[in-house]
Amino acid sequence: MTDPVPMISLAGVTKRFGDKVVLDGVDLDVARASSMVVIGGSGTGKSVMLKCILGLLAPDAGSIRIDGAETTRLGRRAREQLIGRFGMLFQGAALFDSLPVWENVAFGLIRARRVPRREARTRALDKLAAVGLGPEVAGLFPAELSGGMQKRVALARAIAVEPEIIFFDEPTTGLDPIMADVINELIIKCVRDLGATALSITHDMASARKIADRIAMIHQGRIIWDGPVGEIDHCGNAYVDQFINGRAEGPISMQVRAF
Amino acid sequence: MTFLAAIGRTFLAFLVTTGQFTLFAGAAVTHCVRPPIYLRMIGRQMIDVGYYSLPVVGLTALFTGMVLALQSYTGFARFQAESAVATVVVLSITRELGPVLAGLMVAGRIGAAMAAEIGTMRVTEQIDALTTLSTNPIKYLVVPRLIAGTLTLPVLVVVADIIGVFGGFLVGVYRLGFNAATYLTRTWEYLEPGDVISGLVKAAVFGFVIALMGCYHGYRSRGGAEGVGQATTAAVVSASILILMTNYLLTGLFFS
Ligand SMILES: Nc1ncnc2c1ncn2[C@@H]1O[C@H](COP(=O)(O)OP(=O)(O)OP(=O)(O)O)[C@@H](O)[C@H]1O
Ligand SMILES: [Mg+2]
Repeated sequence: MTDPVPMISLAGVTKRFGDKVVLDGVDLDVARASSMVVIGGSGTGKSVMLKCILGLLAPDAGSIRIDGAETTRLGRRAREQLIGRFGMLFQGAALFDSLPVWENVAFGLIRARRVPRREARTRALDKLAAVGLGPEVAGLFPAELSGGMQKRVALARAIAVEPEIIFFDEPTTGLDPIMADVINELIIKCVRDLGATALSITHDMASARKIADRIAMIHQGRIIWDGPVGEIDHCGNAYVDQFINGRAEGPISMQVRAF
Repeated sequence: MTFLAAIGRTFLAFLVTTGQFTLFAGAAVTHCVRPPIYLRMIGRQMIDVGYYSLPVVGLTALFTGMVLALQSYTGFARFQAESAVATVVVLSITRELGPVLAGLMVAGRIGAAMAAEIGTMRVTEQIDALTTLSTNPIKYLVVPRLIAGTLTLPVLVVVADIIGVFGGFLVGVYRLGFNAATYLTRTWEYLEPGDVISGLVKAAVFGFVIALMGCYHGYRSRGGAEGVGQATTAAVVSASILILMTNYLLTGLFFS
């Protein structure tokens, strides 16, 4: 890696809810202007990890560095400044249901970047077009959209302010294969053309292979493997092997009982 | 031993809740005076709190004024004091019943709506999304509601006062046979500015309390539709009780 200081650097990040340890010492580095994909079973704490980095959840222990600077003990003002560098696609879209689609997309432009409403609307329509949504949806409300459309609006909202660091929490879940590929291309474009640092979570291995520079796998609250995307098929890690090939048999045991 | 532990746990939970509430209220109030202020959001909330509550509050005031006239007439007839009806109606409405009844009705309508809306935003991560879009959720969601509640409820109460007195007038003149001019004179005669103003100050406090309870319970709701439902109930119940309690305190303050 050419840049010595990773854009995102997690060391020993721990997070528990009550007695339940979700993150148990996560170590992860994401280089500047690269695309990292995190894979892992359902409920292993991937979304929690993103929220810890964003400061939406406070980790119990460990260090989170953004661009070399420690962020776990930031004050309100500094936190607000920092969050302006991020964009986030929430797993559940999290669109503002009291605002029409275009205002959702333009929200960050209007509030944070102080772009005039008229111009923000034009730019929002451009972003909507980039996720395959025409101007006819701009005036609709989120509740009037399908799940996949909501996801794409949320994606447009996340990238509208052209943030330096973008988190995509399952960007292609719920999309048809063709639209999923359009979204993959869009994520790649964000990294290549805008120089953004992307951290994505996905269960969709085709998407992971396409958008990732590196892939990391989380299991039982730790990163158990991390390497370039090309090495994942012969990484020699039984957990990763089981996961990417989607086999029920293997070291990762699913707690299910036959009925 | 387990009994003592249970008491201890309850007490600790109470302290934690009190602390969290104080922090929330403190943050909300300090953000009220710190720019940016979202005027568009305040306007929208004022329409919600004020305009759409008019029918409910108006009807409540009308029938309260009417029943006051009727009750005080039959009551006061026992010691030949029927002529006091107009005064009793106007003082009761402006000092007590206008603000309290409007407050309770608005608590049911607006407090519940605020808790449900903010609660839904919490459980669907919209509040987190606001944060990631560089917008402070307290500033964007809570402050406009607090300001709108505090400013709008006094206006509603002015309307409620007028309609309530009018209700008393209707019953007094058309049912109890007072002379219209005499009734109106009696209404003004003993009314002091302090009566109306104290009612409006109460209204402002109640408006603040309703919005604060709605926002607080919504903001802290957890766990899907059920959590939002609980938040809504908690907002209405706590706002109603606080209205009745602060009403007693404020009355003591104004008229002691
Ligand atoms: N606010 C919370 N309070 C309590 N527990 C939580 C909370 N958020 C997450 N958890 C728990 O943390 C664990 C990890 O959740 P998380 O949403 O990060 O999973 P995930 O890896 O993103 O799974 P998926 O792939 O299904 O989205 C889950 O077991 C969940 O029950
Ligand atoms: Mg998740």
